[in-house]
Amino acid sequence: MKTLPKLAINRLRERRPLDAAAVDRFLARSGVPIVEGARCTFLYRGEAAEVFLVHRIFGLPDHLPLRRVRGTDLWYVVLELPEGSRVEYQLEVAFADGRRERINDPLNPRLAHSPVGSSSVCYAHGHVIPDWTVPDPEARPGSLVDMVVPSRALRRDCPVTLYLPARFRRDGPGTRYPLLIVHDGGDYLRYAAAQTVLDNLIHRLDVAGLVAAFVYPGDRLTEYANSAAHARFLTAELLPRLEAELPLAGTPSGRCLMGSSFGAVASLSVAYRHPGVYGSLLLQSGSFAFTDIGSDHGGGPVFEPVVRFINRFRAAPRRVADRMFVSCGVYEPLIVRNRSMVPVFEAAGMTVRYVEARDGHSWENWRDRLRDGLSWIFPGPQKYIYE
Amino acid sequence: MRIVLLGPQRRPTLEGVTRSLGLSGPGLAGPVATITAGWQEREPDDALLVSLLASASGQAVNLALYRRWLDVRDRDPEYRAGELRLAGLLAELQELYLLRLDFALQAVYAVQRRSGAAPAPGDAPAPGDALGEALEAVRELDAAHLRRVNEARLEFFDRLRPHDRPVIAENRAAVSAVLAEAAALVIAGGHVGVLAEVLHLFNVAAALNGAPVVAWSAGAMALTDRIVLFGDRSPQGPGHPEVYGSGLSLLRDVVLLPHARARLLLDDTPRMAVLARRFAPARCVPLEAGTRIDVPADGAWPAGIRTIEAA
Repeated sequence: MKTLPKLAINRLRERRPLDAAAVDRFLARSGVPIVEGARCTFLYRGEAAEVFLVHRIFGLPDHLPLRRVRGTDLWYVVLELPEGSRVEYQLEVAFADGRRERINDPLNPRLAHSPVGSSSVCYAHGHVIPDWTVPDPEARPGSLVDMVVPSRALRRDCPVTLYLPARFRRDGPGTRYPLLIVHDGGDYLRYAAAQTVLDNLIHRLDVAGLVAAFVYPGDRLTEYANSAAHARFLTAELLPRLEAELPLAGTPSGRCLMGSSFGAVASLSVAYRHPGVYGSLLLQSGSFAFTDIGSDHGGGPVFEPVVRFINRFRAAPRRVADRMFVSCGVYEPLIVRNRSMVPVFEAAGMTVRYVEARDGHSWENWRDRLRDGLSWIFPGPQKYIYE
Repeated sequence: MRIVLLGPQRRPTLEGVTRSLGLSGPGLAGPVATITAGWQEREPDDALLVSLLASASGQAVNLALYRRWLDVRDRDPEYRAGELRLAGLLAELQELYLLRLDFALQAVYAVQRRSGAAPAPGDAPAPGDALGEALEAVRELDAAHLRRVNEARLEFFDRLRPHDRPVIAENRAAVSAVLAEAAALVIAGGHVGVLAEVLHLFNVAAALNGAPVVAWSAGAMALTDRIVLFGDRSPQGPGHPEVYGSGLSLLRDVVLLPHARARLLLDDTPRMAVLARRFAPARCVPLEAGTRIDVPADGAWPAGIRTIEAA
């Protein structure tokens, strides 16, 4: 049997003398977490009573205790992560005086950002950040245009950011662009590099030149939880205006609703309330909470309308679009919900492309799945180009 | 008419080709006509091409077919509207064809996998020719699709009668005048659908004067009677090669595959065997960088051309 090489942390533990200078040298030459094959060593240095690795990997205890290296102020825990994994985490430090502090890993400069703050990130062995998620000087950028759509349905002025692809021709003869409506638009632009991703994927011919409408929620947990008003806003107010003002395809196959988490629920709900309008849905880590029996769904009151909607959908699946791209991270609790929904969607007669990733409920996960989803829903002209 | 097919021109071989065709030096009969419509908005960016042809003719004339196409769409709204309707119909036909093709080819690969498994000793041979029959279903689907696409185009041209439309007639006349004097026609690669469209619209086949035609990549594909789109390395994984439509049909019974090494899983022998059998008796010919194939005026393919084989 092949023996695994000794971990760096274990080599350090055997070192004599094991003093502060040895720890200094160890940390100076190690990137943290230390990734050695499937094993990732998380570290913390400092005086503490206890230290925990706090994460949201579904299936593991969410607080994993770090052990102290004897005679030092260095703490460690080793976690096995399958190839290609990406994990967001923080450290919780308990001090002798009873204080507890939740912090990003001070030894790891890699951070992920989201509307609720930042976390440290561990990229496991084999994880690759797609090159199309970073700006490419070769890719001609599209433009962002802000507009406001007064909504009677939502009783507010709704800001919308339009993405127009490079070389967009408002009056181009014969040009008709597909339309992508993006829930939580501001977050997709800010945390999932949506503009860069669209610029690159369109430039590489992976995705068709498209117009995207990034919409912003008001009261998100209400509007995105199967709200008739939100569905009316998108379908009866926003869509007609965009199709009147822009050279859009104007057919179901040229319209896609996209969202993540509650935004995925909103996408499904809008299509459910207006079947035949939207040809495609791109649903990422949908918060598809449901119950098979009883009423305990574990999501709290905000999930009540979602559970009612998903239960109704599961009881009588309806073909709400032609095609659905569904993705979810295997480390998020929603993986079970999403896996459960795929056969339901298929049974309703929709063509489903389902993708899982070794990632969590995070914007980088959603960003990194965009090529799979968008190139399937609105494929670019790659197959026509032979230079 | 002599036709020279080339592979991709990232490292251009065009200069040597034109020299070998006797298109260099003084006393050349006329200019070299070029088509770069496959580059779409970049059609006018042909300085490199012109420089490569400079030693050939001293004069290259870009037929500007993409610009002419936009001109027709701008100035003839009825044609533009009809073209949009045709594009919608063709897209629908292609979508339905791909839906059926997916199932038909999945069946071929499934039967092929099963047939490929080594029989256990004493097993009877598989009854019938299941693979052949599955492939025949794909061939029939391909043929029916090509027929429908061509019928839709014919019906469109019958209804809109491009030759009677002033803007199209004016552009056709201009193209024809250049081609009548041309010492050669050079067609670059790019978007094969756009190329096929403009070559048909401006009736380039009828305007050719017998001078050599040099074409590469999409330009070469657009000369054939059956354009097959392909790409095994797309974000969605290997796609099914799909019949798109007909080009000028100056070349028959051939499926041209530019960048085959980069775009196809050439090492997947069973997959390539299906490709070859599917389009037989047409030969599937890769056009790689550096490839040059001279098809003589009688259309007979020279011996020794590398093709994708059925076995």
